[in-house]
Amino acid sequence: MTTATLSRWDRFRESFLWYSFKRDKVAIASFVVLVLMVLAAIFAPLLAPTNPYDLAQINIMNSELPPVGMQGADPAFPLGTDAQGRDMLSTILYGTRVSLLIGFGAVVLQAALGILFGLLAGYLGGRVDSILMRIADVQLSFSTLMVAIIVGAVFKASFGNLMFGEIAIYMLIFIIGVAEWPQIARTVRASVLAEKKKEYVDAAKVMGFRTNRIMFRHILPNTLSPIFVIATVQIANAIISEAALSFLGLGMPETQPSLGSLIKSGFDYIQSGSWWITLIPGLVLVVLVLVINLLGDWLRDVMNPRLYKG
Amino acid sequence: MLAFLVQRISQAALVMFVISVIAFAIQDGLGDPLQEMVGMSVSQEEREALREELGLNDPMVVQYLRFAGKAIQGDLGKSYFYGKPTLTVIAEHLPATLELVIGASLIIMFLSVPIGVYAAIRPQEWLAKFFMGVSTVGISIPVFLTAIVLIQIYSIGVTVEWFPEDTGWGQWLNGALSTEGGMPSYGRGEDLTYLFGTWNSGFFTERGLMHLVLPCISLASIMLPLFIRLIRAEMMEVLQSDYIRYARAKGLSAARINFLHALKNTMLPVITVGGVQIGIMVAYTILTETVFQWPGVGLMFLEAITRSDIPLIVAYLMVVGLIFVVTNTLVDLIYGLVNPTVKLTGKKA
Repeated sequence: MTTATLSRWDRFRESFLWYSFKRDKVAIASFVVLVLMVLAAIFAPLLAPTNPYDLAQINIMNSELPPVGMQGADPAFPLGTDAQGRDMLSTILYGTRVSLLIGFGAVVLQAALGILFGLLAGYLGGRVDSILMRIADVQLSFSTLMVAIIVGAVFKASFGNLMFGEIAIYMLIFIIGVAEWPQIARTVRASVLAEKKKEYVDAAKVMGFRTNRIMFRHILPNTLSPIFVIATVQIANAIISEAALSFLGLGMPETQPSLGSLIKSGFDYIQSGSWWITLIPGLVLVVLVLVINLLGDWLRDVMNPRLYKG
Repeated sequence: MLAFLVQRISQAALVMFVISVIAFAIQDGLGDPLQEMVGMSVSQEEREALREELGLNDPMVVQYLRFAGKAIQGDLGKSYFYGKPTLTVIAEHLPATLELVIGASLIIMFLSVPIGVYAAIRPQEWLAKFFMGVSTVGISIPVFLTAIVLIQIYSIGVTVEWFPEDTGWGQWLNGALSTEGGMPSYGRGEDLTYLFGTWNSGFFTERGLMHLVLPCISLASIMLPLFIRLIRAEMMEVLQSDYIRYARAKGLSAARINFLHALKNTMLPVITVGGVQIGIMVAYTILTETVFQWPGVGLMFLEAITRSDIPLIVAYLMVVGLIFVVTNTLVDLIYGLVNPTVKLTGKKA
């Protein structure tokens, strides 16, 4: 896929995207932090001093040790331990992994649904459009969090605690993906409506291509940049939604914690003074969501210079 | 106008119908009412007879119609846990949630408009940039985390011992940075004033207000950044329009232009978004109420889930659905009234 003169890499280096990235300190810093966190999450099994899923490595005698720098800390546990004696550093690394996995998974699912429904609504128009967009409107007016909480509650009630715990990751990806598809569908629909009027679509129609081919091969590639922008922000939203669901006990079980369920398990002990079990995972969560949001803001400014909205 | 009204209301009725179908499906799909009513010892024949009597063998449509008919008359079944009609249980818990939402909305209104307008008028000043930075960070903090941090700081208290105690300034800094645990963080307190019906208000006593402070700030914290960003963006767009330039050319004072001409048109879209967001706040009350053990409908709903109190879950869905539908319809109607440029019929999102 290289052109005669420029390779893909060269083209990227010539692009406006790279140009503005180099000049934006906030974007560079956010990107670096995000990459570090993603790498730490991917290589959690190598980096973590202990495996929090392995009950044999946990000693209840070590429970509620404070982080290094406070009185009574054990240097073996740099960020302290939780109420079950698990090393906080290890659980946070593994928890970030679960949170990121659910965030990415949910956005992939909602992008798939959103692109499909957005393309159908925008290109076919008419009745398909009004039905799909009505559903999207109603779902959005109910707030995606509410929809996710209700679906989660129903799943939990029908599967039972144990079963729900085992399949929680897939459930959460499904719940958040389904709850948030209207966001992407609306964006896709708006750009499809703009693209549809252009000449290349007429040309494709005249050449007798099938509707599917025009939708997916011709129009879709031209609507990708707004999808990219909104998907970035949606990852941050999905991670927050997951944390909220887990905090309510409708998400990841404590044996396989995400950042949200770590915060929840720590909240029971905050009155006894063990603030680190809650606040350190909380800080990690905020930093993770913040850098993704900052990158999303930057991307939106670059890809859509007309919008100065911030 | 009449056509618009009819269209909006019939749409709301359609949405309520869909919600009731979903609620009915949940009630039907989860749990068997027979099991809740009779023990293990009842024979198969008796069960069948009871089934027939309760109408559980009727076709789905008939069962749904019975469910909907009762719902319209205000009968959504009895809560397993409370042993009272579900709507009564909800009516007892609703005032607490509404006070939370009212308190948070007041905070949002009084802070977001001045900050948003200021950030739009003077976008280059450091204070405006500071506000925008804080609101980006604010969006990234989940509401339950804000609540937990507030409890840690203002209820449990933080003792700071970073500076040397033996010097005067060190002692002073430690004292200034430490917070005394003074704010109540659990429940609504005892000092409630009886208003009417099931409404006991915390707005009229000092203790009651103290109990409201932390939960309301937490609930407001999630929406405040959104509103600041929205008001700033809308205001900046309005400030670039021709009529503002014309007003400037006429030599009107900046204050008059900003607050009379520009603010009016800024607030139009803010009303729509704002109305919808206040509905959305109901979802966040579940999180806030869980952290503060606030005895409202959100906490009640979550407890109903843990107790598998299905009638109560269903009733909550119907009531919250109704709240959402009513607020959205009202917001649409108000927007249609205040903004004459909206085409009243066939308005598309």
